[in-house]
Amino acid sequence: MAEGAEIAIIGAGPAGLAAAEVLARAGRRVVVLEREAEAGGIPRHCAHSPYGLREFARPMLGPAYARALVARARAAGAEIRTATTVSAIRPGPEVEITSDAEGVGRIAPRLVLIATGARETSRAGRLIGGTKPGGVMNTGALQGLLHLNHRRPFARPVIVGSELVAFSALLSCLGAGMRPVAMIEAGTRPTARWPAALLPRALGVPVLLGTEIVAIEGGARVSGVVLRRGGDEWRLDADGVVLSGRFRPEAALIAPAHLVRDPATGGPEIDEFGRCSDPAFFAAGNVLRGIETAGACWAEGRGIAQAMLRALAGGLPAGPGGRIALGPGLGWVVPQRIAGGAAPALPVLQLRAAGALRGRLALGAGAREIAGRSLAALPERRLILPLPPAALADGAEVRLGPEG
Amino acid sequence: MHPADPLPQGDLDALVIGAGVVGCAIARRLALEGARVAILERGADILDGASKGNSAILHTGFDAPTGSLELACIRAGHAEYLEIRERLGLPLDRAGALVIAWTEAEAAALPALMAQARANGVGDIEPLDAADLRAAEPALSHRAVAGFRVPGESLIDPWSAPLAYLAQALAHGATLARGTEVTGGAFDGARWRIETPRGALRARRVVNAAGLHGDRVDRLLLGEAGFAIRPRKGQFVVFDKPAAALARHILLPVPNEITKGVVVCRTVWGNLLVGPTAEEQTDRDRADLVPATLAALAARGAEILPALGGHAVTASYAGLRPATERKDYVITTAAGGSYLSVGGIRSTGLSAALGIAAHVAGLCGAPGAWAAPAELRWPRVANLAEGAPRDWQAPGHGGIVCHCEQVTRREILGALDGPLGAQSLAGLKRRTRATMGRCQGFYCTAAIARLTEGRLAQPMVGADG
Repeated sequence: MAEGAEIAIIGAGPAGLAAAEVLARAGRRVVVLEREAEAGGIPRHCAHSPYGLREFARPMLGPAYARALVARARAAGAEIRTATTVSAIRPGPEVEITSDAEGVGRIAPRLVLIATGARETSRAGRLIGGTKPGGVMNTGALQGLLHLNHRRPFARPVIVGSELVAFSALLSCLGAGMRPVAMIEAGTRPTARWPAALLPRALGVPVLLGTEIVAIEGGARVSGVVLRRGGDEWRLDADGVVLSGRFRPEAALIAPAHLVRDPATGGPEIDEFGRCSDPAFFAAGNVLRGIETAGACWAEGRGIAQAMLRALAGGLPAGPGGRIALGPGLGWVVPQRIAGGAAPALPVLQLRAAGALRGRLALGAGAREIAGRSLAALPERRLILPLPPAALADGAEVRLGPEG
Repeated sequence: MHPADPLPQGDLDALVIGAGVVGCAIARRLALEGARVAILERGADILDGASKGNSAILHTGFDAPTGSLELACIRAGHAEYLEIRERLGLPLDRAGALVIAWTEAEAAALPALMAQARANGVGDIEPLDAADLRAAEPALSHRAVAGFRVPGESLIDPWSAPLAYLAQALAHGATLARGTEVTGGAFDGARWRIETPRGALRARRVVNAAGLHGDRVDRLLLGEAGFAIRPRKGQFVVFDKPAAALARHILLPVPNEITKGVVVCRTVWGNLLVGPTAEEQTDRDRADLVPATLAALAARGAEILPALGGHAVTASYAGLRPATERKDYVITTAAGGSYLSVGGIRSTGLSAALGIAAHVAGLCGAPGAWAAPAELRWPRVANLAEGAPRDWQAPGHGGIVCHCEQVTRREILGALDGPLGAQSLAGLKRRTRATMGRCQGFYCTAAIARLTEGRLAQPMVGADG
């Protein structure tokens, strides 16, 4: 069946499943390739609300939400193959897969959607010092242990980070009877927006701002962490460390493949239709950039699926369109290219800046401003600009300038 | 911790203390000579000390002290590795090394280093000027002044090699007892009685290959030690696989008295490695990572290969070398030749292990000391090198569990099985690469916890909570 598919979707998380539903409902033969034993993506092991408000018009727990997305894609006629790993993607398009039953196989669909999601930065990627005891893990691993295995890896962890996922980690810990000893944030204020940022205090967990984790201590297990704020260093007893956030696209398939990768996001370079540098490949969801909510990824998957339907009918403008450059202080932009044309799949330019921003954020070509807005934004907050109405030539740049 | 291995019984010809790369190689050599061998390891699994973190290079000995025992063991060990590695399933990446001078002062030291290499029997070296260096290594910084090529320097798997040595020892009757620390012992003129918390063992010969604890074991059993371990820490950073394309060769600096210096090289698993540092410390077991040092190593890597600046660090580790106050290895006998101490096997132990083992066997009177088997068995270990055929390519693998390193369920269950089955998460990682990729366990921790539950002497955190 997979062998005869017109569209292969890599990854059965919210973006991939939303796209599968749209494409299958339009009568296309769709196969979703999921490397885990169960489809649904990260929400499978986020056992707290709120999921599904946009998709199902009611608050749901992550696992129920994941099951509902899978059921909808299946009901629309999509085939979902779990425990099937894509080992390579090649021009053609060709998708190399491996599974327990068949070993290595190849499929040749007309279009491929890459929806492989994102993962948190590991301890190594954060250059944390100290020893290497057991009990240091990302939120993803913690929630997998809690909600897939029903195991509690520690009782009194430190949670590092204050993005939304840190509060998810906090709720997971409390829900499983663990008592985090502190949340640590290197910045001077929580990264997540109010009201999530109020949660720890309400639950009696201290939030240490302007504080870095310098070292992890312990033999077989974590015994404590060394923290630093300004010139002060001190030790805090803890039996685990949850390293949350700092998501990076899971783009391992793209790095060795022929597709252009954006070093700024770590994901594939796309145009406003979600189309990669090889127009037979599209990408949607968190593989495009750090992290958005499941609902945002779901909406993105639906929009890009519509663009894929148009591509099958020859209805998309020819690519690749001009690449948007980034001025000083800006971290990344998605989409990276603008092909021009009606009904873009991504309605806005998504941007991120590492530091706090104040002034006028504008997309310009030479002296001409194509789109712009005034803003005052905290670090790591989501920024958006209107999509330019027509194709860009190379040389357009997003800049941050003084108010005016 | 509950040791999984039974304590060896009866009269042993040789008892090897320490299952690092040196102990494993010695156990293999003695078993192949026909000796009845047991090997004791105080850690939950083998390779738990100095052998757990190194730069994974098979050296030629081009820069070893001329005339030293270390050089002789490296030369012999290198040659034997090449001879046996295919039969044991061990990888070899003949990357070759470039020794690079970054200043005129370093360049002035090159002729003496090349002369030393030739004197050491490494005759195939090739001098390179700045243009040659750029041609040989296109991503190399243009600040490189001059250098030379050492074609024989190669990359190997530092964990599959000792595992294979020990597997071959076990195939010839050797026994392994992990989680078993030596607490005392005495020689009665004919046999050693070695005490452990699990009971006593009797052996005609004892080989101390206790690495970072070698001098302590000597003092425990002989009352004195001929050397003092001065642990020397080496920190490393590992870059994600796309970075490996930046280095064709092993990139070595001009060495100084203390250290070979910071190396940039690929690993057989397809990553890029930068390290080690050389930091004296007193602790023999604990090797702390230091954030500023890791950042400096990453920055040093980007000075050598400027394009490295945009690549992600996926792992970091720190190892301890069992250096001593001496420059050479300290391999001595005592108690009428019934006790052999193998000390000070500093940063070259991986390259020299097979040579050290042959030297030790010679000190025991081999060949001819025992009745060697007529035919040798060659158990194969998993070849985990990037690009080698892997288990996921064949049906029936049970699904991929660790996606970053493409480790299958069948591989993990296989690595938990048998007398050499993994007994700690670290041991499982070394045998399979599970969780050692770019996500460092984000995706597969829960699955691996399920597969290892109840199987490890040192359970995985999260598998027992």
